Amino acid sequence: MIPQAFEYEQPSSVADAIAMLGKHGGEARVLAGGHSLLPMMKLRLAAPDALIDIGRIASLRGITDTPDAITIGALTTHAEVAGAEVIASGCPILAETAAGIGDLQVRNRGTIGGSIANADPHGDLPAVLLALDGEATAEGPNGRRTIAAADLFVDYLQTSLSPDEILTEVRVPKASNSAYVKFNRRAQDWAIVGAAAVVHGSSARIALTGVGSKPVRAAAVEAAFDGSNTAEAAGHAADGLDAPSDTAASGEYRAHLARVLVRRALEAAMAR
Amino acid sequence: MAIASEQSKGIGQAVHRKEDRKLLTGKGRYVDDLKLPGMQHMAIVRSTHAHADITAIETSQAKAMPGVTAVLTGEDLEFAAGVPCASNPTGEMVHPVRPPLAKGRVRHAGEPVAVVLASDRYAAADAAAMIEISYSPLPAVVTPEEALADGAPRVHEELDSNVALVLAHSTDNVDDAFAKADVVVKQTIRNQRLIHVPIETRGVVADWNTASDELTVHSSTQVPHFLRTFLAIVCGVSEAKVRAIAPDVGGGFGSKLNAYAEEFVAAAASRKIGAPVKWIEERSEAMLATCHGRAQDAHMELAATTDGKVLAMRAHYVQDYGSYLQMLTPLISQLTLLMSPGAYAIPEVDVTVTNVYTNTVPTDALRGAGRPEATHAIERIMDILALELGMSRTEVRRRNFPQEFPFTTAIGLMYDSGDYEGTLAKLLELSDSKADFERRRQEAAARGKRLGRGLSTYVEVCGFVPSDVARSALGLTPGGWESSTVRMHPTGKVTVITGTSPHGQGHATSWSQIVETELGIPFDDVEVIHGDTAFAPYGLGTYGSRSLAVGGTAVHLAATKVREKARLVAAQMLEAAADDLEFSGGTFSVKGSPDKSVTMQEVAFRAWQAFEMPEGVTPGLDETVFFDPPNCVFPFGAHGCEVEVDEETGKVEITSYIAVDDCGNVVNPMIVDGQVHGGVAHGIGQALYEGAVYDANGQLLTGSLVEYVIPSAVEIPSIQTHRTVTPSPTNPLGVKGIGEAGTIASTPAVVGAVCHALGVRDLDMPLQPETVWRAMEKGGTA
Repeated sequence: MIPQAFEYEQPSSVADAIAMLGKHGGEARVLAGGHSLLPMMKLRLAAPDALIDIGRIASLRGITDTPDAITIGALTTHAEVAGAEVIASGCPILAETAAGIGDLQVRNRGTIGGSIANADPHGDLPAVLLALDGEATAEGPNGRRTIAAADLFVDYLQTSLSPDEILTEVRVPKASNSAYVKFNRRAQDWAIVGAAAVVHGSSARIALTGVGSKPVRAAAVEAAFDGSNTAEAAGHAADGLDAPSDTAASGEYRAHLARVLVRRALEAAMAR
Repeated sequence: MAIASEQSKGIGQAVHRKEDRKLLTGKGRYVDDLKLPGMQHMAIVRSTHAHADITAIETSQAKAMPGVTAVLTGEDLEFAAGVPCASNPTGEMVHPVRPPLAKGRVRHAGEPVAVVLASDRYAAADAAAMIEISYSPLPAVVTPEEALADGAPRVHEELDSNVALVLAHSTDNVDDAFAKADVVVKQTIRNQRLIHVPIETRGVVADWNTASDELTVHSSTQVPHFLRTFLAIVCGVSEAKVRAIAPDVGGGFGSKLNAYAEEFVAAAASRKIGAPVKWIEERSEAMLATCHGRAQDAHMELAATTDGKVLAMRAHYVQDYGSYLQMLTPLISQLTLLMSPGAYAIPEVDVTVTNVYTNTVPTDALRGAGRPEATHAIERIMDILALELGMSRTEVRRRNFPQEFPFTTAIGLMYDSGDYEGTLAKLLELSDSKADFERRRQEAAARGKRLGRGLSTYVEVCGFVPSDVARSALGLTPGGWESSTVRMHPTGKVTVITGTSPHGQGHATSWSQIVETELGIPFDDVEVIHGDTAFAPYGLGTYGSRSLAVGGTAVHLAATKVREKARLVAAQMLEAAADDLEFSGGTFSVKGSPDKSVTMQEVAFRAWQAFEMPEGVTPGLDETVFFDPPNCVFPFGAHGCEVEVDEETGKVEITSYIAVDDCGNVVNPMIVDGQVHGGVAHGIGQALYEGAVYDANGQLLTGSLVEYVIPSAVEIPSIQTHRTVTPSPTNPLGVKGIGEAGTIASTPAVVGAVCHALGVRDLDMPLQPETVWRAMEKGGTA
């Protein structure tokens, strides 16, 4: 639990932060809430040369409501997302997911941008963003770009952000018929499996947490879903999955959970 | 429960703990709070192999790192003895010698191989990462099954096999009883390997003054006096020059009832470099290298009549010792043997324990230490007997309870007092009727949940231990007495010095309550000193729910001696005969003349002045008592719970939990309730969540609190605590122990409830959702 030495930088603007990332040539990491990065550093699974602490950049905070979508600054904490009325009514899946991340301390420090940029396949928000067909905005030395969720998550703890880019905001479409159901042994644990469902009439977008090296779409469920056959469609949730085995669960059990949770998520989404 | 009134904070009152203000406001002082001049920080390089020869250790790069004072290996440190074990149940077991730092060979992943001493923790950790150790791997045995197989690699080459010790106890007519039984049930019941996970990991600051040869060791320990004795033996220094101090200690659960390699290494390293050495264990080290617990399989067999009377028991236990003997490793399964019949009068028993070395972390005491294992096995097989007989689980228990106390078991223990029927009756009275339960069960089935109920009726042995029993039944090196000093100061305040070593139990509060009751000195005027061998008479420490029954009794007896001496002084002050004095509320008065009185405080001042003392009475009020109990004590009770199992996922939720415990007289009901809460939570942890898992190569897969799951407050149900009171005849306070009872009782109650919900005989713990789901998939019925 003793990290290696690192430099610490505290930019006051996004431009400063990007410059500092460039200075360290890809060997720096952006520090937001720190609830994933710092434990990894203490276990020496991560050993960046420098931490760029963006915590004081005020422009990265806040929630903006537009008619079709909600834009959330990267530094907005899970507790703020969970408590925002505009999210609870416009995109309930996001509010309920944020409310169930980790424990109170994690929700008070952890941020939406940090959680998505960390791309932990056991984290909840990547699958939810994927199911929502949301997008992330990144800023780097070449300016600003928008990345669709489908293009953002590349592999285990890997995104398509380049090392000198910072995720600045997250944009989600409004989706009132949406729900996230996760299964874990303890309330504060990472999901063993989680299922995100966003239903629009007779079609649905479904994504899963914890069944691969990145969040995955349950394409077979989406193809089978006709707007009412939740149980039948959910039976396809594990089609083509090669879910991992570890001390928490076997791949077979994860596949079973995927079927159960997708059905529950669809039912919950449609009941909203 | 009534909160204590302003008037009395004596025995029986639910007094708030006097320790808590300090601990809850961050004013506690733990080992890691200590900073000594010139102190160096130690980092440990541990074996990455379960079994290997060390072929080379390359330290030059580490030595050249900034801030590094020294790098030491097993060849650099001299010890007079190996890591100690203080238990030898048969007196014939060979103790393999284990050097505190490995020499030549390692026998479990995580064994200490080299240490770095550096100016701060970061420099020490950086340098430790630069030490390169070359190993020549050897085949490892990871489970007892592997270790017992023909031709298995031996953990200790000097021994003939991996069997460390076989324990056995048998009565004469077991085979006859089985032959004439109507029913025989058999089941293998497993207690998985557990890790203690106290909030505070181990830590030590060792300060060896090389000029005076005095060694002071601050350690997060449950047993400072044992530690002093073993530091003297292992480090080869006069015990009179060693001082061991347990400051505030953040939990132990048995893991700190030990004298560890790391403590000896820190002391020897301090001598070597001539500076104080601090080592604070990382959480990942605590998982990997602090002793583990449980790891015992029971092969149980009961012979019974059709009306549910148990005629005989065969029990064969296989205990995984791990790679070495820690301080009390052999004691644990010996305690299982002693408590194998549980709360039942079983006339014929045949019990054996095969204790096996494996290439894993040593096992030792973990909350309950051998008794949870025994209780889980007997309680589960009693449930299975009930199932076989078609009898209720309460009735089969009731038909086998001992009826008279003291009761001597077929093992030879004498249960001191009890009313097992009484606690069971109270549990049933507090529980829903069968009809209500069945109705709710139907309702739950309609929403995809299976309900189940479970119970346990336990008895445990604690209050360790009469010293002759320590030798004859347990094979311990030390006896089992405890000491206390009660010292009155001239101003009427009291210092209690206790040989117990609390690490969360609230002794400062309970001991003060005892003094208030015995001397009439207000609770708030009593201070309790513990955990420092420089101040306290030798004490055997805190473990095995012994502190109140043995240490608290020593406090009571020392206070009584102070009062009786004070009576002589008071008699002189009141110009009356000592026999004519009454003592009440801290005041001596002459019988029939209540206005002629003196307070205990006035007597204390007079005894300190000592201008004029009664004939033959020495100055001062300061008494020390060593108390050796005549027997152990045997708390008992009945716990029941209800669970709801999700049919689709197998996840278990405990929806109600009722504990009825009888720990004799109660000094502080709030502390007792707290111990039951913590104990039940710990037992639920074993039942549903916890389990240390090694892979086939002996690598620990559950090395962090992500993989090793302990329940949090969210998962623990609201626990209803109730009591009956059957005083113990073993000590003058009439008290028993309560620190482990909840752990002992709860595990089989929870597993029994899940088995009931699923309609299966038994399930291997922990009952992870997947385990339960698989059992349902295999056809467990609603």
